[in-house]
Amino acid sequence: MSIQLTAEPNAHVMSPVPCRILSVEQELADTYTLEVDPPGSDWGFLPGQYTMLYAFGIGEVPISISGDPADTTKIVQTIRAVGAVTDALVGLKPGDFVGVRGPFGTSWDTKAAEGRDVLIVAGGVGIAPLRPVVYDVLQNRDRYENVTLMYGARSPGDLLFASEIQEWRSRFDLEVLVTVDQADSDWRGPVGVVTSLVGRSSYDGDTAVAFVCGPEVMMRFTIQTLERGGITDDRLYVSMERNMKCGVGLCGHCQLGKYFLCKDGPVMTCAQMAGSCWIREV
Amino acid sequence: MSEVFEVLLGQPFFKGMTEEQVRTVAETARLVSFDEGSVIFVEGGPARMSFLILEGDIALTLRTQEHGSKIIQTLHRGDFLGWSWMYPPYRWNFDASCQSDVEAIQFDGPALKKIALADPQLGYDMMRRFTEIIVTRMQALRIQLLDVYSTYR
Amino acid sequence: MRETLVINREGVDALIHALADRGYEVVGPTVRGQTILYDTIASTDDLPVGLTDRQEAGTYRLEERGDGALFGYVVGPQSFRKFTTPPGAVFWKGHRTGGGFETLEPEEPPRYAFFGARPCEVAALKVQDKVYGAVGDPVYAGRRNQSFTVAVNCTDPAPTCFCDSMGTGPGVSDGYDIALTEVLDGDTHHFIAEAGSDEGSDVLASLVARDPLDEELVEARRMVVRASEHMGRFLDTDGLKEVLQGNLENPYWDEIAKRCLSCTNCTLVCPTCFCSSVEDHLSLDGAEAERVRTWDSCFTLEFSYVNGGPVRPSPGPRYRQWLTHKLASWVDQFGEMGCVGCGRCITWCPVGIDITKEAAEIRERDVRRVAVGTPSVKEATE
Repeated sequence: MSIQLTAEPNAHVMSPVPCRILSVEQELADTYTLEVDPPGSDWGFLPGQYTMLYAFGIGEVPISISGDPADTTKIVQTIRAVGAVTDALVGLKPGDFVGVRGPFGTSWDTKAAEGRDVLIVAGGVGIAPLRPVVYDVLQNRDRYENVTLMYGARSPGDLLFASEIQEWRSRFDLEVLVTVDQADSDWRGPVGVVTSLVGRSSYDGDTAVAFVCGPEVMMRFTIQTLERGGITDDRLYVSMERNMKCGVGLCGHCQLGKYFLCKDGPVMTCAQMAGSCWIREV
Repeated sequence: MSEVFEVLLGQPFFKGMTEEQVRTVAETARLVSFDEGSVIFVEGGPARMSFLILEGDIALTLRTQEHGSKIIQTLHRGDFLGWSWMYPPYRWNFDASCQSDVEAIQFDGPALKKIALADPQLGYDMMRRFTEIIVTRMQALRIQLLDVYSTYR
Repeated sequence: MRETLVINREGVDALIHALADRGYEVVGPTVRGQTILYDTIASTDDLPVGLTDRQEAGTYRLEERGDGALFGYVVGPQSFRKFTTPPGAVFWKGHRTGGGFETLEPEEPPRYAFFGARPCEVAALKVQDKVYGAVGDPVYAGRRNQSFTVAVNCTDPAPTCFCDSMGTGPGVSDGYDIALTEVLDGDTHHFIAEAGSDEGSDVLASLVARDPLDEELVEARRMVVRASEHMGRFLDTDGLKEVLQGNLENPYWDEIAKRCLSCTNCTLVCPTCFCSSVEDHLSLDGAEAERVRTWDSCFTLEFSYVNGGPVRPSPGPRYRQWLTHKLASWVDQFGEMGCVGCGRCITWCPVGIDITKEAAEIRERDVRRVAVGTPSVKEATE
């Protein structure tokens, strides 16, 4: 035994911890929120982070944490059922166990937003990794100037966390703007892409910070609109998504240029992205 | 009139135009306001004007057999509404109604055409600004059409 | 300064036996079918004695040398990562308990002696140490931390070799327990054996050996220097990272794509590629589950699959991903290039795509240089 790696083997990095499911709530047709008992008493996470959830014998997927960072008694994760693993996860019942590894990844930089206007722009299920930052900001409200949540969904029936958004609307310290791509006959609100809401909000383009999450094409378009409004790329945060298998920088799938999105992301500034979001198939 | 001129001077749309140009355009414009619920124009009606929204929200709707009256897009503060006055048959392509109380600048379409003919430079500067808005809105509509939030299995 | 001794072929046999006696599974070059692969060896009879490999882009043939050289070849399609991160390695095992599950203890990994590791191999292991060490991966660490390395200096590179350009050969400088240099000249056939670690010294001390003559040491070093002057290929690494990262939209990537089959051979034979995937296995009764690591490749369509489609559906961007990762992003990620100049990707590409040539082409067609002197978009519209 002559060659010694600098790092000791860390079996825990790849080993899912069994955690008990506390509740499973259906939010939309294919979207559910799981509440899970944390793996240990030292559990905590930052807004924007995710865990790798393991369905015994089926597989593992990265899922954003969508709950309140101040509540360490449970892990709240919102899952969209899109394949075998997520189908298995949303089919679990309270009392069942799910494997948890994490939390992993970078977080929304609320420190950088202190003393400034904050724009939170969510598209579709992208509101799930942004909900923790809304909680965080509201709990420390005096640290920020104007705070605006802009949320775009496919249709009124696809609005996630609808009742919570209603509650937030009644607050005077938070501006909530919601739009849909396709209205139904009862909808009386804005109709159009989420960036159309940007013009309705007042923010200081020279100093505001924006946190954006949603499908990549929506984020690209939102970045353009916000940059036209004066927000420079070091104040524009996005949550990027790529195929992830390990969450720790080992399997190589999540690479975006030189970054491993599992650990250098998923939250990145547009300055870090340095225009790579415009390069075809990077 | 001078009130309209002051308002226009402060609008991002007119940034970069000379005071003289803005004054000329202001002659075709007036301040208007609508109550929530009022219908500004209907599909098929004669198109002779255009609006720059100062405050409030306007819904553009289309009447269809299958879905009844459907909002296809809403416009807000800073948005321009209405270009059908530029081209034959000079008829509106959708209904426009107010989702809230609305304050706007209303421009007289034929009058704008006249000043553009008389002053081609002004005409070009206005067109360049209109087309930028149209292109941006078209891109936004493309994203809206893409149905980006759906699940793919 | 560790000792250097001279042993003969019997000594090499004794070395293999000594390692086996110490509990190592000795793996080294051996002929399988028509290639030289790495597998368990028991003696020098298992080595490709008297054989050499004729390698060129898209070509690999074994030929008789007409002598008794034990190491008269370079590298085949396998590398020692076959043992450090074996495809199919079970990295987690669990079984159900009530509504939940518990983790089962992993099996003890074997202790390997990597025998006949070329300097590019030793360099590749060091490159992977950084990749897996950053995470503390138990699969890699478990096999690597207990390994013993017998390196072999190269004196006759293949036309596809370019270790000299990458600073990884043709001689080893560190990262080994014992380094051998084979000297075969007429009736003379012996091996200069140099210890590179305490354990290496111990093992050497147990062999029948003599001290080397000064001229023998000088000649052995000269042979390695001569090898560095006869490299078949050259890769200009000067400023290469910046060239590649500045040319992501160069239309040349699509030119390469016209030839690339996305067959993934290059990633399979590369000694530093580390992309992996996970297979989940469940026993028939649903009681036991395993998570198995498999080798993966950025050239497959599934690799970049997310939300209903691959991020890189086109072959040009996939080739770009591989090349820019290996020669540019790797520097940002791990402080060095991922390529060790072994030339395997050139040999084993069925259409003979040559990494040294493609990197030079991008440099030649650098869009940043071409842009100087032509009006920028900004100027054109003002």
